[in-house]
Amino acid sequence: MGARGMREGAVKWFCFACALVSVVTTFGIVYVLISQALPFFQAVSPVAFFTGTEWKPSPEPGRYGVLPLVTGTLMITIGAGIIAVPLGLLSAIFLSEYAHPRLRSFLKPALELLAGIPTVVYGYLGLFLVTPMLRNVFPNIQASNAAAGAIVVGIMILPLVSSLCEDALRAVPSALREGAYGLGATKMEVTTKIVVPAALSGIMASFILALSRALGETMAVTLAAGSNPALTLNPTKSIETMTAYIVTTSQGDIAAGTARYNSIFAVGITLFVFTMGMNLLATRLVKRFRQVYS
Amino acid sequence: MSLATSQLGARRRRADAIFRYLCFGAAGIGVFLLGLLLFRIFADGIGRLSTEFITEDLSRRPKKTGIWPAIVGSFYVMVLTGLIAVPIGVAAAVYLEEFNTRKNRVTEFIQLNIANLAGVPSIVYGLLGLAVFVRWFALEQSILSGALTMSLLILPMIIIVTQEALKAVPRSYREGSLALGSTPWQAIRFQVLPNASAGILTGIILALSRAIGETAPLIVVGAAYYVTKLPTDLNDRYTVLPMQIFSWAGDAQQEFNRAAAAAIVVLMVALLALNSVAIYLRSRARR
Repeated sequence: MGARGMREGAVKWFCFACALVSVVTTFGIVYVLISQALPFFQAVSPVAFFTGTEWKPSPEPGRYGVLPLVTGTLMITIGAGIIAVPLGLLSAIFLSEYAHPRLRSFLKPALELLAGIPTVVYGYLGLFLVTPMLRNVFPNIQASNAAAGAIVVGIMILPLVSSLCEDALRAVPSALREGAYGLGATKMEVTTKIVVPAALSGIMASFILALSRALGETMAVTLAAGSNPALTLNPTKSIETMTAYIVTTSQGDIAAGTARYNSIFAVGITLFVFTMGMNLLATRLVKRFRQVYS
Repeated sequence: MSLATSQLGARRRRADAIFRYLCFGAAGIGVFLLGLLLFRIFADGIGRLSTEFITEDLSRRPKKTGIWPAIVGSFYVMVLTGLIAVPIGVAAAVYLEEFNTRKNRVTEFIQLNIANLAGVPSIVYGLLGLAVFVRWFALEQSILSGALTMSLLILPMIIIVTQEALKAVPRSYREGSLALGSTPWQAIRFQVLPNASAGILTGIILALSRAIGETAPLIVVGAAYYVTKLPTDLNDRYTVLPMQIFSWAGDAQQEFNRAAAAAIVVLMVALLALNSVAIYLRSRARR
């Protein structure tokens, strides 16, 4: 019994230790970002960092105003949202309210396949499929441009919006629908006036999660939107997102301890705070939504 | 009066029909885009694809270059990542689902943590790997630091899918085993895990297929664009398929762009093969 008890205990502690790896990872991320960004913020004042309009890391000492990267990131995120939010919500409504089960069993995996395509492939498609198409409309568009980046990221997050929205819509009790039908409402009226409002917090949560994914997306935007930190709102111009800066800067073997090396962590922590805030907001919305219907 | 209501009724019916087509159209656009993207990739890449392309070394000359070192690198990274992340992830899920079933602060905290980690952008994991594995552990830009970074990235995914698979095993299996005098671990080892194995395996395959498509964290921890020899031990430098796609797609030479498309076809076929295995396992588990 003793040996058996000991083995039980050992297994349990081993499993507990493994579960702790995730906690250690979280603290590791926070510690690394802060400890590496701190020296950066001693060299460059946070005020200059967050309000500066010029991002020019080289030549030394460089100018580190993060606004161009932030506007670049926001352009991609908002652009992707403009594409993915309406398309995703309407597809979700179709899948949940209209589609025949057999059609649904074909459409759903097809949409999910879009999410399975590696992001670097979306980058390629942005460069060689979307930009040439956009060039027909905007002849002066740059080879890498914010519009192409936003479009491919929008396509990429579309399945995320549609599947999370669908979950939210399906969670609405059918009694609500039947009550509205009983009052003589058409299917559209039931959907837009009963089901969607009832699922609203879940739907909003799906939008936020999808946008936070777009915010943190790296390879597609590095290729399709470029790595040119310009402060512009013109979608036909090449821009640089926060993620693209991190990835292009870390490509070269930069020496540890330099302002440039530390700057990727300063940008990283900015990105981390943004996405974390959005994710927490989405979690809270989902929680509220669960409370209503369970 | 009756005319007015029937007009209103007609308008409502028309709006209803339009809305239906709108929703159908939106879902259709998604599928159309999938078809367009896949068609474009294969149309671009198929011409450059050949057995030499797959088996040859990398070259600076775009017409001569092959992709073999990247295939080998991707395979090694995937296997190493799996070896590291799967035991840890499955054990963590077993702890959360089987050992500590009462809701308490510790499990709730861990659970929240895992959910949040799943939403952290992959590039942030790259920064973690750069500071911890590459510099602090001094593993340099080796295949080991790449695999360790990738393991942390897919760990939340493995834990979540394993938990789902464990939840699907009926309670009675555990109770039956415990009633026959087994210890909790024996019940898990001989009853719960075998019954959840198909679900766990499916999740692992999907997580690993995410790992081989992922590029950003590996660039940050220093995967190379150009290697002259295959990695033979854990400290060697390495390249992976998405790295080649990234560097070739961004190249000014058109021949390299075509090679990128061909490399994408190779990557997509590998992903498709992995996913088919996952779908097959899932359908077998359902039966």
